[in-house]
Amino acid sequence: MKRTVAIAAGLAIGAGAAFAEEVAPGDVVFGEYGSVEQSLTGVPGDPVAGEALMVNRGKGNCISCHEVTALMEHPFHGEVGPILDGAADRWTEADLRGMIVNAKMTFPGTIMPAFYKVDGFIRPGDAFTSRPAPADLPPLLTAQEIEDVVAYLMTLSDG
Amino acid sequence: MKETMLKSAVCGMALLALPLTASAQEAELVINGEIEVTTEAPAADHMDYIRTVRSGWTFRTGETQALQMDDFDNPGMLYVEQAMSVWNTAEGEAGESCASCHGAPEDMADVRPTLPKWNEEAGEVWTAEMYINDCRENRMQAEAWDWNSQPMRNMTALLSSVSRGMPIDVQIDGPARETWELGKEIYYTRYGQLELSCANCHEDNYDNLIRADHLSQGQSNGFPTYRLKNANIVSLHNRFRGCIRDTRGEPFALGSPEFIALELYVASRGLGLDVEGPAVRN
Ligand code: HEC
Ligand code: HEC
Repeated sequence: MKRTVAIAAGLAIGAGAAFAEEVAPGDVVFGEYGSVEQSLTGVPGDPVAGEALMVNRGKGNCISCHEVTALMEHPFHGEVGPILDGAADRWTEADLRGMIVNAKMTFPGTIMPAFYKVDGFIRPGDAFTSRPAPADLPPLLTAQEIEDVVAYLMTLSDG
Repeated sequence: MKETMLKSAVCGMALLALPLTASAQEAELVINGEIEVTTEAPAADHMDYIRTVRSGWTFRTGETQALQMDDFDNPGMLYVEQAMSVWNTAEGEAGESCASCHGAPEDMADVRPTLPKWNEEAGEVWTAEMYINDCRENRMQAEAWDWNSQPMRNMTALLSSVSRGMPIDVQIDGPARETWELGKEIYYTRYGQLELSCANCHEDNYDNLIRADHLSQGQSNGFPTYRLKNANIVSLHNRFRGCIRDTRGEPFALGSPEFIALELYVASRGLGLDVEGPAVRN
């Protein structure tokens, strides 16, 4: 399954939404400052699904570190990362996609986890079971889930 | 009173804006009105990024803090009492109890502050658990206890309780140095799918909220701690295990060389603080 994804990713470069094929985690192309221009799926993200992922503990769990005023009905926002209000005014969609895929490409050494990465970990586990990770460890978010979160972040505009 | 303020803040939306520890940091830890415990001190020289070390106690709510200030309120002391009767009971082929060699638990007050420490004969760093099992197997000819068993946790709690208010005094130079270096390396390694090190949470982000958790410096001076969440006392290695699990990682085993090294290193980060186990945490 990895192989087909990789091939599809190669084809999809530059082809835009015409190919609704996924870019595999290892094939994501980053710009100089960590942004990712190309959609990972070619399918527009769904901001409503993205919002759910932001607060889901087993998924994005973004609010464990970030405060978002628009998500205040969900309890317990963290203060480890910056407040995300107005993120769409500060960053382009490509910037935001890059940050969710692998924030370390934008902010070297950041505590923020990479949500679309499957290798290069030290003692990775199988979620929170304490058992070793399976050989085909899935990324924290799927390609479409990344797009959904990006779509949600694009709604965070003060302007 | 401050406690009710905090509670309503937790229910409301203002949570993030409120200084959760404003009351906590001003308070002093005095146990039973007599044992004064240092919970904040200048960091040891080897600490590069932290100037002041603070006990986990200073990060807890006034309500949790109060439980630790009186032995009648501290549920951890029930386990200390259980260990007291074991201390005085002969067990094993040799017909000995802890008391027959060591006298009263209070006579052991100098021990906990120095642990873990280099054991010359064994040629390695030993924790309280290892000393306890050495006595059980070789002096009492009794069975060793599992690292995380209730009697083991109880006995380490007893050893800790008699040292409350005494400064942490671990040796990090000399033969223990290599173990200490390994512990330091582990402390700064980013484990798991979330790629988080101990330092990411307990050095870079102490005092910040991560979800509902108010991050402390991850000090070990309160161990074994009574955790309200578990309604029992928990060992330090079990805590390490939970923290690495939370990185979506595969933790080391309890009693592993890695966790023994980490125990020494984390203890040395607490130099300046006093022993306060069994502490009460959430
Ligand atoms: C473990 C903590 C943590 C988690 C979890 C986390 N982040 Fe972050 N994030 C940070 C930190 C810290 C920064 C600041 C970058 C740095 O390290 O300097 C940041 C930066 C950002 C930024 C840029 C901030 C700005 O407004 O300029 C965005 C956008 C962002 N994160 C979104 C997310 C989203 C969406 C998720 C979940 C899918 C998420 N983060 C999960 C810690 C985290
Ligand atoms: C994802 C964040 C995170 C990481 C990474 C992490 N911890 Fe923790 N740790 C916590 C939280 C949350 C608590 C409970 C609140 C507190 O005391 O900070 C805690 C508590 C502790 C405590 C108990 C402190 C007390 O006073 O009771 C110790 C000791 C500790 N951690 C050590 C470590 C060590 C050593 C590592 C690395 C192996 C580590 N932690 C990694 C989040 C983390």
